Amino acid sequence: MPIIVENLTHIYMEGSPFEAVALDDVSFEIQDGEFVGLIGHTGSGKSTLVQHLNGLLKPTKGRIIVDGVDITAKTKSPKWLRQHVGLVFQYPEHQLFEETVYLDIAFGPKNLNLPDDEVEKRVREAMELVGLDYEFLKDRSPFEISGGQRRRVAIAGVLAMKPKVLILDEPTAGLDPRGRDEILGQIKDLHKERGMTIILVSHSMEDIAKLVDRIIVMNKNRIALIGKPEEVFSHVDELYDMGLGIPQITHVIRGLRKRGMDLPENIYTVEQAAAAILEKIRGRRNA
Amino acid sequence: MDLMIQVNDVHFDYLSHEGQEIAALNGVTLDVKKGEFIVIIGHNGSGKSTLAKHLNALLKPSKGIVYIKGMDTRDQDKLWDIRQTAGMVFQNPDNQIVATIVEEDVAFGPENLGLPPEEIRKRVDEALKTVGMDKYAHSAPHYLSGGQKQRVAIAGIIAMKPEIIVLDEPTAMLDPSGRREVIETIKYLNKHEGITVVHITHYMEEAVDADKVIVMEQGRIVLQGTPEDVFSKVEVLKEIGLDVPQVTELAYRLRAEGLDIPLNLLKVEEMVDAICQL
Amino acid sequence: MLRDITIGQFFPGQSSIHRLDPRVKIVITFVFIVIIFFVKSFIGYAMILAYMSLAVALSGVPVRYMLKGLKPLLFIIALTFFINIFFTSGERVIFKFWFLTLTREGLLQGIFMALRLIFLVAGTSLLTLTTSPIALTDGIEHLLQPLKVLRFPVHELAMMMTIALRFIPTLLEETDKIMKAQMARGADFESGNLFQRARALVPLLVPLFISAFRRADELAMAMESRCYRGGENRTRMKTLKTAGRDYIALAVSALLVLGILLNSYL
Repeated sequence: MPIIVENLTHIYMEGSPFEAVALDDVSFEIQDGEFVGLIGHTGSGKSTLVQHLNGLLKPTKGRIIVDGVDITAKTKSPKWLRQHVGLVFQYPEHQLFEETVYLDIAFGPKNLNLPDDEVEKRVREAMELVGLDYEFLKDRSPFEISGGQRRRVAIAGVLAMKPKVLILDEPTAGLDPRGRDEILGQIKDLHKERGMTIILVSHSMEDIAKLVDRIIVMNKNRIALIGKPEEVFSHVDELYDMGLGIPQITHVIRGLRKRGMDLPENIYTVEQAAAAILEKIRGRRNA
Repeated sequence: MDLMIQVNDVHFDYLSHEGQEIAALNGVTLDVKKGEFIVIIGHNGSGKSTLAKHLNALLKPSKGIVYIKGMDTRDQDKLWDIRQTAGMVFQNPDNQIVATIVEEDVAFGPENLGLPPEEIRKRVDEALKTVGMDKYAHSAPHYLSGGQKQRVAIAGIIAMKPEIIVLDEPTAMLDPSGRREVIETIKYLNKHEGITVVHITHYMEEAVDADKVIVMEQGRIVLQGTPEDVFSKVEVLKEIGLDVPQVTELAYRLRAEGLDIPLNLLKVEEMVDAICQL
Repeated sequence: MLRDITIGQFFPGQSSIHRLDPRVKIVITFVFIVIIFFVKSFIGYAMILAYMSLAVALSGVPVRYMLKGLKPLLFIIALTFFINIFFTSGERVIFKFWFLTLTREGLLQGIFMALRLIFLVAGTSLLTLTTSPIALTDGIEHLLQPLKVLRFPVHELAMMMTIALRFIPTLLEETDKIMKAQMARGADFESGNLFQRARALVPLLVPLFISAFRRADELAMAMESRCYRGGENRTRMKTLKTAGRDYIALAVSALLVLGILLNSYL
């Protein structure tokens, strides 16, 4: 189910002295099963944008069409939307409140008024998707498990709504490298194996480069760049001006190309770089 | 040779929720000299934050001794001297700012030291200038960005004129530009103000310019040395599950394929040179 | 955005009213509140009006802005007015309709009560409009200083007020975020009967309390590491100093008090 965003504009507290433009004429499309990275520094408008995609904020102007349905129209019930587009906030573990892990993950499905057996099925499934042991954890308090586990419980709470599109706002913020790799691995699986459409909001160019099909760069409440990673990463100077960078490895490749080494431009992971450099050097030695 | 921090075989045990005794620190020994820039890396739960809290006498060792400039942290009479000597910056910028106006917050520490008002005024103005936040002296903290808040927190510490600053993951909750701001501020303090820095992080790229990198795992120091030395131990770091800079990772992969690339490269330029020389 | 709500509605400025010593402003406001209850004639209210007009004019706070602050209280003012009009017994009947009797005494009483309320609100809001929360806290701390002898925790109280003021915007922002996060999981804060709505708040309040406690814990540690050990031996960067304008303000206020007492009791 494609998402179409047309001329989206959002003005906070319009008409008051605090009036501020948060989104300025934003348009793009996301196709079924795409994995999209959304980058921009704090205050660039990316959080406001994702909150529109699941109806938490209403646009001042423009519309959003999800699965052929205009979600900005007043007639659409929020429940329908929440089942289509799931949104995981930054530091989602801060929203946990129930006595047990099970009850917390069941909160969403119960709000959908699903029968008990369906709720249980969904909790099981959601926990499995994020790599949590159902039997071991279901009766534990979410406040006595580790930080990384808490975050996964919170993500499971959104997955239990069975959305087709999953938006994650900085899902790895504050995690150490191991916790980060685990969460990113699971997100990758959700995309690959479940075919979910994923929108990943992140500050980390390295993480984005490893995972996504397409990147949307937000700057000053507008879309600054949009395209495949190699297209976006080729705008080095513009990215720097926006307070963003490119992966370190892309710098190495650019340095080598400047020195006359004939490497492809579209390299942004260490794996790709190692393979390309090896090929060049072996080719040279064999020649 | 001035020793600012001496950590001698420190153990720290605490009781978990289930009543089990857990060793957060398991025999840590560490010396820090005046003016050094030390980076401690490790996982959440590796003991690095526990160690940091020992340097400010917020925690006392279960076994072993911590000396801050020769003062034993268990000595109750020296408590406030120790806290003034080794200032501490915490992870969450929101939860360490006390006052509703930036300059009032920076004044909080000196006020606690009982300094005369004119002296406090002078220190506050200087501290805010040092971290580049003098323009925001009269702002309310909640209108500042994460990086700016963290710089205010640092100003609040340097207004107490410490000789050591311990930073416990000050960049973990910031975006890349906020991280850059904070790191530049810390480096400035170390280089130009001669303040000894202990910086705790899990971002490896923040360790590249350190005098010494210390890797912690399960309450112990598992690696220490110059950044070049530590990052060249790619296997050990990977086994613990820590990152290495992408440049080092590339060198590691190329070496594994039999290319003659040194592992102790950390900078993009060095790497480009090395590959071109092949 | 919730974060733009400022408690006490401070109206930033540099007017002479803004720059009055907060202690003086608090004392004057207190006296003003008391003296309003001694006013017994229109001449007395005219004095109050003149005094208020002078203060508002000097403060630079737009009159419209002040009146806007009265709006939420309009209902209470109107209610007081009508209750007093119709339920004050008197002899000079103006008109009679069914069970309602309007007397001259009642009408006067109604007008007086309404005026009293309006000036009470206007007077106190002028204090909060022209005094930043932090100055207000400082002023209260200084004024309560004598109570220390009675072991009243003056410093602690002031510190609590400061911290509360500091964290109100942070917690409001957090409330907004948690609310949205729960709405994203299908929570409904807006429909249902009173009981259902109260129950719907659990997913909001529990995380909020947990977060507040975590913040309190971390803040306590940060304060300790910055050598905080209570009010003992603590100095302040900004000390309150009274200036010429403070004495003028006190003198003008004393004149008002005198005028009203003379008018009411002579």
